[in-house]
Amino acid sequence: MTASDFGAALPRPKRDLLPIFAPLIVAAIAAPFIGSASSFVTLTAAGVAMGMMIFTMASGLTLAFGMMDVLNFGHGAFISLGAYVATLVFTPLASWAQADSWPLNLALLALALAAAVVVCGLFGLVFERLVIVPVYGQHLKQILATIGGSIVAEQLLYALFGPDVIALAPPASFRGSFVIGDAAIEKYRVVATLVGLVVFVGLTLALNRTRIGLLIRAGVQDREMVEALGYRIDRLFVGVFMAGAALAGIGGVLWALYRQQVHASMGGELLVLCFIVIIIGGLGSVGGCFIGAILMALIDNYAGFLAPKLALVANILLMVAILLWRPRGLYPVGGR
Amino acid sequence: MMILSGPPPRGRTLQTLIVVVTLALALAPLLFPGAKPLNVAAKVCVYALLGASYDLLLGYAGMVSFAHVMFFGVGSYGVGLALYGLGPSWGAAALGLAAALGVSTVLALAIGLLSLRVQAIFFTMVTLAVSYAFGVLASQLDWLTGGEDGRSFRVPEVLQPGFRLFGGPLFGVAFNGRLISYYLVFFVSLALFLALLRVVNSPFGRVLEAIRENPLRAEALGYRIVFHRTLATCLAAAGATAAGALNAVWLRYVGPDTALAGSIQIAILVVVVIGGMGTLYGAVLGAAVFVVAQNYLQALLGALSAGAADAGLPLLTGLFHPDRWLLWLGLLFVLAVYFAPAGLVGALRSKDEATP
Repeated sequence: MTASDFGAALPRPKRDLLPIFAPLIVAAIAAPFIGSASSFVTLTAAGVAMGMMIFTMASGLTLAFGMMDVLNFGHGAFISLGAYVATLVFTPLASWAQADSWPLNLALLALALAAAVVVCGLFGLVFERLVIVPVYGQHLKQILATIGGSIVAEQLLYALFGPDVIALAPPASFRGSFVIGDAAIEKYRVVATLVGLVVFVGLTLALNRTRIGLLIRAGVQDREMVEALGYRIDRLFVGVFMAGAALAGIGGVLWALYRQQVHASMGGELLVLCFIVIIIGGLGSVGGCFIGAILMALIDNYAGFLAPKLALVANILLMVAILLWRPRGLYPVGGR
Repeated sequence: MMILSGPPPRGRTLQTLIVVVTLALALAPLLFPGAKPLNVAAKVCVYALLGASYDLLLGYAGMVSFAHVMFFGVGSYGVGLALYGLGPSWGAAALGLAAALGVSTVLALAIGLLSLRVQAIFFTMVTLAVSYAFGVLASQLDWLTGGEDGRSFRVPEVLQPGFRLFGGPLFGVAFNGRLISYYLVFFVSLALFLALLRVVNSPFGRVLEAIRENPLRAEALGYRIVFHRTLATCLAAAGATAAGALNAVWLRYVGPDTALAGSIQIAILVVVVIGGMGTLYGAVLGAAVFVVAQNYLQALLGALSAGAADAGLPLLTGLFHPDRWLLWLGLLFVLAVYFAPAGLVGALRSKDEATP
């Protein structure tokens, strides 16, 4: 009997497609208010790029919660750390960034991303051992400990890198815009979207096509059952947590180059967006997190264009609307 | 009538400390003359009230909220903008406070009803998002709030520094408007603290504790969890709003740095956790320790930093920089969460109970 026979015997899970159309509906509603087609294309491209970056940061957060009920309020520190690591890579290799050759520029970006993955992954391990392990399973203490950990981490970043904003320009060939008709799409946003897509596809494949991914998904659904079958889910969790920290680092690098500046306060601001996204998506759901990120970023950009002061309020209203529609988020996971 | 409802603070050292802190605050203008000590004392009062109302949520209901600073800001801006727009009268202050209480209650109701239906963790995340958005909104609506600059305003005449109560000094202390302002802050804080004490020792407070300990069982006994938690959120919000109003009147200024900064939320958490969760008295001790530390720790760190610079240790110079005082407080906070979850109050109690 092969694995596919088992699959055939089971009833197919019902596909819930409605949330997937939500971003399209939002775009369709916003289009007439924005008016010009070129602005609409620019804003939509910006929204998709922003959504990809937020998804990269938030995916680890939602998986860690799904597996071990660990909601890490120190996740923002990983994002900031990734951004600072990018400055450490970009400063000595400034000539690579200045050179107008895209292979060299791409190599620099890849190097920065790799450095962020290594540094943030290791920091994630340290953070997990020092801050989270002593308070496993105690919700209140865990929230408080990770808040404390994030305060300490942010202050350490200030102490190490100084309290000032550090400027960080993207490599030469990623500056400027592609112009299609009247619409201008910044090149860097395309790059960020592509990196985000690679992360999303990689994560989806890893979760759906590998044995470890299967165990992770099973752990999110029902941790005790997986433990009962003899798997050390706490060890698996360490890996997921480190991967989440590394992804946050990637997101931090991308975001810093997008905003062209680095500051330790960025982690806290982005954490708020990450929380909105994982609430919208459903705690523990990677697919929901992806749709939620795109949805939130689109609304953020449309609202930022139509009523700049209300962009964040629009996000809150989106969250309220989604929670009224589906109290557990777009894709509720397991018993949550 | 009992002024202190419910059990008094157990343990002799703790009782003594509470009495000492309360007396020191009551007699602060006589004991420590000067503008800075009076500022410190007023801040201790405000933070004690802020911490006590937060403890209702954190210690008794077992919920972590990030929106406490938002309610504090609503109170500050409500009273501040009313006095700024309508002129320095008690009527304007009352109107501002009433409006602020209304806004706070509506916000607290909305947050509670929206996020508590599913899981307590939603509440924490939603409060963080709403509070952050509110802060950004307040600094952007500059036609109303004065933006980043905030608003300076005049307070009713009795509270103005130029006002003299008895014409001349009495017992060597000038009874001017600042002193009256201080006693307004002190007595309102004291009254509301006693009211909160009454709340946590009421049947309602007991139910909150039951829900914290075992939500399923409490629900099985027939207590509606969402109702109790939402009511606790509203009560805590009202307390924070009052604290914000007092703070605005004391500072005669309202702005993002004094009313809505994220560091205020951290301060509230530190006050309650270091003081001792679930005790209310902990908030008083925590506030005293925190505010004094904030005012005098920076000087100490500055000295250490200069020492490290002389010794040629650049990393230590950075770590001891006076602006990094939150680093040390954060470390203390994490250690308190791990090793002393009952905070100062718990430590003092166990010390006394070990040696009867």
